[in-house]
Parts: sequence; structure tokens; C-alpha cells
Amino acid sequence: MTVFVIRRFLQSIAVLAVTAVIVFIGIYAIGDPAEMLISPDASQAERAQVVASLGLDKPLWEQFFTFAWNALHGDLGRSFVFNRPSIALIFERLPATLELTLTGLVFALILGIPLGLLSGLKPNSATDEVIMTGSIFGFSLPSFWQGMMLIMIFSVWLGWLPSTGRGQVGEFLGIHSSLFTLDGLKHLILPAINLSLFKLSLVIRLTRTGVRETMPLDFVKFARAKGLSEKRIVFVHVFKNILIPLITVIGLELGSMLAFAVVTETIFAWPGIGKLLIDSIMRLDRPVVVAYLLVIVSLFIFINFVVDVLYSLVDPRVRLGGAQ
Amino acid sequence: MTPVLEVRNLSTHFMTRRGVLKAVDDVSFTVGQREIVGLVGESGSGKSITGFSILGLVDPPGRVVNGQILFNGDDLLKMSPTAMRTIRGKRIAMIFQDPMMTLNPVLSVGTQMIETVQAHDRVSRAEARARSRDALGLVGIPSPEERLDSYPHQFSGGMRQRVAIAIALLHRPDLIIADEPTTALDVTIQSQILFEIKRLAAEFGMALIWISHDLGVVAALADRIMVMYAGRIVEAGQVDGVLSEPRHPYTSGLLSAVPAAVPRGEPLRPIPGFAPSPLSRPSGCAFRDRCARATDICATEPMLEIAAGREFRCFHPHLWSAA
Amino acid sequence: MTVRALFAEDMLLGRLVTGIGRSPKAVVAAVVCVILLFAAIAGPYLTPQDPYDLAVLDILDAKLPPGSESMGGLVYWLGTDGQGRDMFSAMIYGLRTSLGVGVFSGIVALIVGTVLGLTAAYFGGRIDTLIMRVVDLMLGFPTILVALMLLALLGQGLWKVIFALILVQWATFARAVRSAALVEKNKDYVEAAVTLGISTPRILIGHILPNCLPPLIVIGMLQVANAISAEATLSFLGIGLPITEPSLGLLIANGYQLLMSGEYWISVYPGVLLLVLVFSINIVGDRLREVLNPRLGER
Repeated sequence: MTVFVIRRFLQSIAVLAVTAVIVFIGIYAIGDPAEMLISPDASQAERAQVVASLGLDKPLWEQFFTFAWNALHGDLGRSFVFNRPSIALIFERLPATLELTLTGLVFALILGIPLGLLSGLKPNSATDEVIMTGSIFGFSLPSFWQGMMLIMIFSVWLGWLPSTGRGQVGEFLGIHSSLFTLDGLKHLILPAINLSLFKLSLVIRLTRTGVRETMPLDFVKFARAKGLSEKRIVFVHVFKNILIPLITVIGLELGSMLAFAVVTETIFAWPGIGKLLIDSIMRLDRPVVVAYLLVIVSLFIFINFVVDVLYSLVDPRVRLGGAQ
Repeated sequence: MTPVLEVRNLSTHFMTRRGVLKAVDDVSFTVGQREIVGLVGESGSGKSITGFSILGLVDPPGRVVNGQILFNGDDLLKMSPTAMRTIRGKRIAMIFQDPMMTLNPVLSVGTQMIETVQAHDRVSRAEARARSRDALGLVGIPSPEERLDSYPHQFSGGMRQRVAIAIALLHRPDLIIADEPTTALDVTIQSQILFEIKRLAAEFGMALIWISHDLGVVAALADRIMVMYAGRIVEAGQVDGVLSEPRHPYTSGLLSAVPAAVPRGEPLRPIPGFAPSPLSRPSGCAFRDRCARATDICATEPMLEIAAGREFRCFHPHLWSAA
Repeated sequence: MTVRALFAEDMLLGRLVTGIGRSPKAVVAAVVCVILLFAAIAGPYLTPQDPYDLAVLDILDAKLPPGSESMGGLVYWLGTDGQGRDMFSAMIYGLRTSLGVGVFSGIVALIVGTVLGLTAAYFGGRIDTLIMRVVDLMLGFPTILVALMLLALLGQGLWKVIFALILVQWATFARAVRSAALVEKNKDYVEAAVTLGISTPRILIGHILPNCLPPLIVIGMLQVANAISAEATLSFLGIGLPITEPSLGLLIANGYQLLMSGEYWISVYPGVLLLVLVFSINIVGDRLREVLNPRLGER
């Protein structure tokens, strides 16, 4: 187990290093780093000073080490627009994005798992057909358009829920979140639904496939032969087995949801890192873009690492080792 | 004395896209109290499906289409699903072929035993656990208390099968259906398990249906033997009689294909040909294409002959008393 | 080309058509796909006006609701946008762009992925390891994140979007082709062909490739749907296609601000068209997956 965690950790570091190299090549080798990282408004003297501090006059490999060294110290450049370290801007907005993503994920699970079970337990029935067609509809719906329709229906026509911003942020146990105020919750509902619909179909399909693959196995039949109730068979025997692939994929999809939050945040003006990214791209505030990329990739790799560890906790064959 | 189980004209068919597959076709037999019955046949002969039919565990597209299954006098086929659930695991238990597959890999052995106790008896978790531990001890698993917290992958194949047997014994059922429980195991472990089951069945007065393709195993264990071929029972009787003086050519064919049953120096004689496809069985006797004794009359259905405690379906049986 | 390969394709085509034919849902979806494809190709001949010819636009016609009549007597069945452009015409042109970008990037990704997948499967060893490592790295990151990264660094533009879409899609094809080819490679007839001295390219193209077609067709369909969706998303975010190449995504984005003031048609109708397009392709693709996947069997 410990060996597994350490090996997995080293792999994560390796992927992170590779990504850093790719981002570096993207900025330094393909584009002109001076143009990318120095504000167009900068004077000639300022320009020369930044070129020197970034070592842009040095050979490429030396530039890479400067870049990596600075990145390791959390120095990913200053925002042209805010004139503050870009990493600080990112961390300021990260909680809003995490709150949105996690709420969306919970929505997707709460709805998706029961629907998937329903569908998988009665394959090829009318219920199954409706749920499966609905799930294709779900992942065909362009996320941004779907968000606009939510706003049109629930904010413009019905006037039930607000369409922009995070609302009032409450504090609980030192954590600031919209989840702790009624106003915040109201603001959270639409964006969270928007983000979750995107993954709902996947959760449904995954659960359904899991049920269909697990039901014909011998241990399910043996559980029946023991006289267990169907409820116990489905919710304990089958479900615990489905949980393993579900956790793996959900973990991976959490990363994709973080990325997709860019769309949701843009539509709902949610003050997270996704909106910051788009704003920064529009304002040509490139240090923030670079910082976003490195932070989101690190976050992504970290999630994958956590998922692998979690996975081993659920599956006794991995946790305890010794499987043939 | 009333028999524990009486199966009458049982037919289980599978409605596949390519036609109706008659896995079990008009099968009748009885199992007396404390009796050990061996059900023998090649793979695909319908012996396992017979076992599953009794417990009502035939998966779609399979369905019991006809017959009665009287368990202590009550027809299981007429029971509601809820009533049937109180029989399964409580009055009739089953042991499966592959011990690697029968236990849920993500639940501890203790959980899988305790849930079986609590599915039928309203007892505390502690008591269920104690009963589970005792059952593990009974089947010869060392330090049962600790082993309750282990997971299936931490047991060897033989040990897992012992766990499955312990689960079957939890409620001291009237009947255990064992579907090739030793086939997947090493030979040395096979005989241990065999001996263990025979001892426990005698100790608790349980009847046993032992499904196997191995005549040797059945000979060592059973009181009575039933030979199945292509969904039908072609011969049944006391073990000694059937094995020493088989009446049906298929039974004698099986016997001369078993290495241990053939005297040294004599050649093994495998049965020629293959079992017919279950989708396109010939009319009449299904064995006639592979049978040296077959004549034109075999194209019609042979009737069940009952003579001197023996049953068989054949127009040209071996005649031992005349020889 | 060997007779055998043609035969295999023939069989495949037959299976596909009957497979779709047995599901009414898939038939409807397939018909919709064909109609939309036709509309995209014949676009300029179907539309009442050229929406990007500034000479025919009149600002007085701006934001007219569906069914309004223009000064010139033209009826705007789906209304007009902020520049007085006929929405129906704009949508057909948008469809051309969206479908064009999606199909083109899908086909290029399919070719790149197939070549790399076959190479990995056939040669094995280090080449295989190298290619599959890159595939794993690509698939490890969500499509939208890679596309975002790329376009954030490169800036917007038609070819840049197509490049980004190819980059995020090829790995899926490569993995599918490789696993299908590996199964096929170990079959007796391929070994027989090798012993007979048939050249490597002929074995690959004549024998192995036809057997990789079923997964390729399914993934191809689903990837085109994905690509169309991804392009629309990127364009909506303002980092995809430039304003000179208005896809459905851009049309929707243009109507976004007007949504709040009640001029819903400017973004709702292009959105519906986009949804119908992606949904139909997905339905057909899903049906083909069911027909061609031997593990699930036919439903």
C-alpha cells in the first residue's frame, strides 16, 4: 500500500514535469516570451529589466530552469491588469470554482446513480429506453446553451433564481462559501445544475454498465441462493462492486468539470478561476493565463493521485495486496 | 417416509433468438430424507439447470415451463417470490462450482455470513457473528474468529469452498444442492472436501444432490445416481447397480471412458461423436447418433422403463441378468 | 485491394443499414443527419439572403421577431439578429461552418489516429510504448482543457481551432485502432499471410484495417459530434472561431446579451439547431455502437 502510494506520487511528479515542459515550450519556444510576458504598455527600460530578470537573453535550457525555479517558488509572473502576482489572483478565486464544481458533482451523483440503477436493473425496458435516450440528449446539449436556457427560463421568465454572481458568502468553521447562506444557495443552484447536467449522462451510463456487468456474476446468484432480499443484493453486493469503476471515472471527471467550469462561470458570471481565465485571455493578461494553466494541471494531477489512493481503499484486493 | 424433494415432469427452456433451447426436458426424480443423490452428465446436459430450477434461480431468457417441484410436500413453483426467499438458504442451500467466483470480492467473509444468518433469523449481529464463527470452525477453517474479518482473496480456492459450505450449513437446511463443488479444486483438496461434506450431511441429517460430471466422485459419495443426457434422465438407480451393471448404452459408454474404471491393459473407449446441439436435438432417443446399438425404432421416443429399482429410457438396454 | 477486404466492407455496410433500420429512433436521427448535411452543402442555394453581404442588410430590420416581414417583402420566419440579418440564412451558414469544422477535424484525426494506432500495434516494442505513452498523456486530460490551453497560447483562428480539435481527438482513434488491430494481428489468417510473403502494407491495409472499421465508425460519429460541440463552446467563449467565420456557437454567443431583454430567438434557434445536429449524430453513433459491439449483443 505504502509502496503503491509512493510510486503513484512519483508518477504524478513526472507528469507535472512533462506538462511544465510543454507549457514552457508553448510560451518560450513557439511564441515570443518577451511579447507574452511583458505588458505592451511597458517602457523600454522596464522591458529590458524584465528581460534580464527572466533571463530571456540566456540559452533556452537556462531559461527553463529559471522558469521552473520561479514556478516552484510560486512566482508565475505579475498580472498586467491587476499588477499583482498572478498566482495570488488564482488562489483568491479558486474556492468559488471548487464550491461550484463539487456541488455540481454531488448533483450529478445524486441524480445519476439512481437513474443508472433503474436503467441497468431493467435493461431494454421502456424505462431503460427513456433514461438512455435522455442521457444521449444530456451529453448532446451544448453546455453553454443549456446554461443560457436555464437563465432564460428560471431567471428571465419565472424570476425564481438569480442568474449572475455568487451571492452572499457565509462563513462556517473558517470556510467561506455560498453554501452557508440562503442567498448564496440561490445563486449556486443554476450554475451547479448547468455544470452537473454535463456529467449526469456519464454517471448514468457508467452505473448502468456496471449493473449490467455485475448482475450475471456468480456471487450475485450465490447471494440469491442464500435467500438475501433483492434490496440487499443490489445496494450492497452489486453497488459496492460498481463503486470501484465509478470512483475512478468520477475522479477523472472532476478534473474535466474544473475545466468546464470555465463555460459555466462565463455564463453565470461566477467569480471563479474559469471566468478569470477568459477575462485574462480577452485582456491579453498572459501571466494569469500561464498561472491558470499550471495551477489547473497541478490540481488535476493531484486529483488523479487522490483518486488512485481512494480506489485502493475501496477495493480490498488492492488495499490488502496478496491477490493472485 | 415422505421424500424431501419430489420433482415431477420438470421442463426448463431457454427462449433464445435462434429458437427454444430445451435445457431440462421432462425430468422427474425424488430425493429421500438423508439421501445423497448424484446427478451425472456431460457439460450442457442440463444437470446444473436442474439444480437452479429447484431454487427458482434460472436467469432469463430461461424459464421453468412445466412441472412440479414438491419440497416437503409444497410446490415451490407455486410459491410467491417472498415465500421462495424464505426457503432459499434456509431450507435448501446451494454450493456453486467455482469458489473463486461465488464470494463477493469486496465484502468480508464475516459480512457475507452474517447477512445470511440475518436474512432468515431475527438475531443480533453478535449472535449472527457467533453462529458464523462456529460454522467456519465446523468446516475446518483454523482461527475462525480472525478469518471472519478477511476478504475472499485472502483465502485459497479450497478454503473459499469451505467458506461457501459453511454458509450453506448456517441454517442446517433439509437439502443441499452442490453443483460440481470440487471440480475447480486440486485433487488432494477435492477428496478432503468430499469427505467433509459427506460427514456433515450425515451429522446434520441433510439430504444432498451432488451434481458432477465425474463418475468416480459420485461413486465414492452417493447412495443413488441419476445419469442425464441432453436434458433428460436416461438412467437412475442405486449407485452399485448402475455402475456395475449399467442398462443404458450411454451409462456404459461413460464408464468405459473413465480411466480408473477400466481394467489395466484394456483400451479406453471414448464415446464417439459429440453431444447434439441443444437447439437441434434429434427426435426420439437423443443418444442414437452416437450409439452402437441404435436401430430404426430409436427415432421414436423411448418410454421410461422401471424394473427392480432401476429406471432407464432405452429400447436396447444391456441385459445383465440374462448374460 | 483484396476481394476479401471489399467483401468485409460490404458485410459491414449491410450490418450498419439493417442495424439502424431496426430502431425507429435511429432512422429518424439518420434522416435528420442527412437533411442537415444536405442543407450545409447546398447552403447558399437554400437561403433567402446572403447573410454576410452587407449590401442586402438593413439595420432597420434589426431584432425583428419571428414571422416579421421586411421592407423588401421578405418574410423572416425565424426573425432577425442585431444587424438585421435573416436568422434562418445565418443559421444555414453557421451550420456549414460548424459541420465543416467538425467533420474535417474528425476525418484528419481519424487518419492520424489510425496510422499511429496501426503502427503501434503492428511494430510493437518501443514504438508501441512511445505512441501509447503519448496517447495516455493526451487522454489523461479533458478535451476542453487541452483545447483551452492551446488556444489561450496560440490565439483564435479557423485553422488553430481545427488544429486544436485534431490534437485532442487523434488519441481516442489511435487507442481504438491499436486494440482492434492487436486482436486481429494474432489471428491465424494474418500469420498465414505473413508466411506467404505478403508485404507489410498490404497486410495492414488489406487485412487488418478492414477489421478495425467497426470501432472506427462508431468513434468517428461520436467524435464528430464532440468536435462540433467543442468548437461551439470555444467560439462561445470567444477563443474559437473569429467573427469572420460565424459558426452556430458564435451566433448563440451574439444573441446571449439580447436574451435578457427578451429577444430570445437570436440565440434560441441556433441553439436548437446545434442541439438537433449533435443529438442526431449521437443517436446514430450510439445505435451503431450497439449493433457493432459484440459484447453487448444486439438489442
